[in-house]
Amino acid sequence: MRSKSNGKDFCVFALPGLFCFVAVLIVPFLYGVYLTLTDWNGVSQEKNFVGLRNFTAVMHDEQFWRSLLLTFVYVIFVVVIVNVLAFGIAWLLTRGMKGQNFFRAGFFTPNLIGGIVLGYIWQFVFSRVFVSIGDATGWSLFEASWLSDPIKAFAALVLVSVWQLSGYMILIYVAGFMGLSEDVMEAASIDGAAGFIKLKNIIMPLMMSSITICLFLTLSRAFMVYDVNLSLTGGAPYGTTEMAAMHVYEKAFTSRQFGVGQAEALVLFIITACISGLQVYLTKKKEVEA
Amino acid sequence: MAQTQVGKSKKKVTKTLSMAGLIVIFAAYMFPFVMVLINSLKQKRDIIKSPFSWLFTIKGLSFDNFVKAFTQMDFLRAFCNSLIVTVSATALVTILASMLAYYVVRHKNKLSKIIFALMVASMIIPFQAIMIPLVSIYGGTLNILNHRLTLIFMHTGFSMAMSVFMFHGFINGNIPIALEEAAYIDGCTHMQTYFGIVFPLLKPIISTMVILNALAFWNDFLLPSLVLTDKKLLTLPLSTYSFYGTYSADYGTIMAGLLLCVIPILILYVLLQKQIINGVVAGAVK
Repeated sequence: MRSKSNGKDFCVFALPGLFCFVAVLIVPFLYGVYLTLTDWNGVSQEKNFVGLRNFTAVMHDEQFWRSLLLTFVYVIFVVVIVNVLAFGIAWLLTRGMKGQNFFRAGFFTPNLIGGIVLGYIWQFVFSRVFVSIGDATGWSLFEASWLSDPIKAFAALVLVSVWQLSGYMILIYVAGFMGLSEDVMEAASIDGAAGFIKLKNIIMPLMMSSITICLFLTLSRAFMVYDVNLSLTGGAPYGTTEMAAMHVYEKAFTSRQFGVGQAEALVLFIITACISGLQVYLTKKKEVEA
Repeated sequence: MAQTQVGKSKKKVTKTLSMAGLIVIFAAYMFPFVMVLINSLKQKRDIIKSPFSWLFTIKGLSFDNFVKAFTQMDFLRAFCNSLIVTVSATALVTILASMLAYYVVRHKNKLSKIIFALMVASMIIPFQAIMIPLVSIYGGTLNILNHRLTLIFMHTGFSMAMSVFMFHGFINGNIPIALEEAAYIDGCTHMQTYFGIVFPLLKPIISTMVILNALAFWNDFLLPSLVLTDKKLLTLPLSTYSFYGTYSADYGTIMAGLLLCVIPILILYVLLQKQIINGVVAGAVK
């Protein structure tokens, strides 16, 4: 494609895609920064310039900080459990077992289904199936629906997210385990490495690139959880399980404070970007070549 | 000799144990789906009485729930809406993103470097940071919400960066420029060269991107919920949401409705399992 008609090439090949990208991503992003400086309510024609007042409002929005803190706790639980579980299952799956592909495909199934449907499925499981198990067995754990108690509802949210995300991470870890060189494993065994020592000193460093990817994916997905939050708990009971992304949505589209909502969205974005950036930097440093 | 015997049987035991563990975990994973499946055929009183009893112990099973869910959800219409949006947006993003990536790879100038850097950087912006201004621009200023085309356009725009990134990597590594030069010598125009020679060679990455994008579009809830409010245009996740809001106490119907949403994807998954899994892994690892 080396010719004089460079401009025409640009218009034909690059422009259409670039236009879509700029129109729905770049322009709204920049406009969003502008919105944080106004008091727009989403309906009126008038937008007054209010300077940094929206960010002061963010500082004073206790509900936002509570939801952010809750999101942090949620992210920690989800990231740790998902990765430990997925790593373990992937390890089991790559030990030459029968039906490996079947299991792998089965574990992945929740990822194919939208969060809304998954949340509703689990809502039924928590509010009817578990309660009925509780009735039958008398276990106090299942006596009342998990979703009516703040802490258990939070646990339910973590459980469903783990269930949903781990299948995806299993795929990545399985690919990582399959890429481990047999020679290195054998050499390690001959040198007497076994069990935990082998895991810590040989397998983990070699799996680091898979770990980087999985941590990054779980982090960014968990921070932005919305669909499952909406359909499983809807923030109930009394807004105690409202995550940050949901709070932003409510702020803008229910309370009609677009400026504050957008300011909170930006704060959330910056925090997420910093944390995942830091994570990628830290885990990438530990990656080694076999 | 004896020692190796012991070693072997020990290995066998661990293998059996891990297999058993795996089966238990797997059963727990599938539990919610099984619950939906067995309860979708029951009547409400049976569901409340014993949601986890198996089908053969209960009388009065019927497909009534499915009929009711199918009509109340306006399933066929929602399904077609989802299909139209997913197919058109996927096709559009595949063509536009591959062309853009091709341009960026073959023109090593400042402009294409800026475009590419901008796209890669934009990939960290979550949708939540865009949605409010997006609604305000397209709903307020332009007033073009509630059109299928708007949704298709937005899906295309949002998946552009990731798709360009993937196509860029593939073209850079796998498409020799000599082929194109030969085509030019034979008198092909740029368009002919691209669609006649380059595009067919992109098949592996195209199938990966089609799978990733189509899955994302099909299941997306937040973006369509902001764009579409007209009942006639609702996609499947949206109609599930409003259906659940109306019938949340009618468990049998709800279960049937949820199952209806899951079945099409599962059928596709059984047929294309290998491609989907490979596509997802390729998409993540890059």
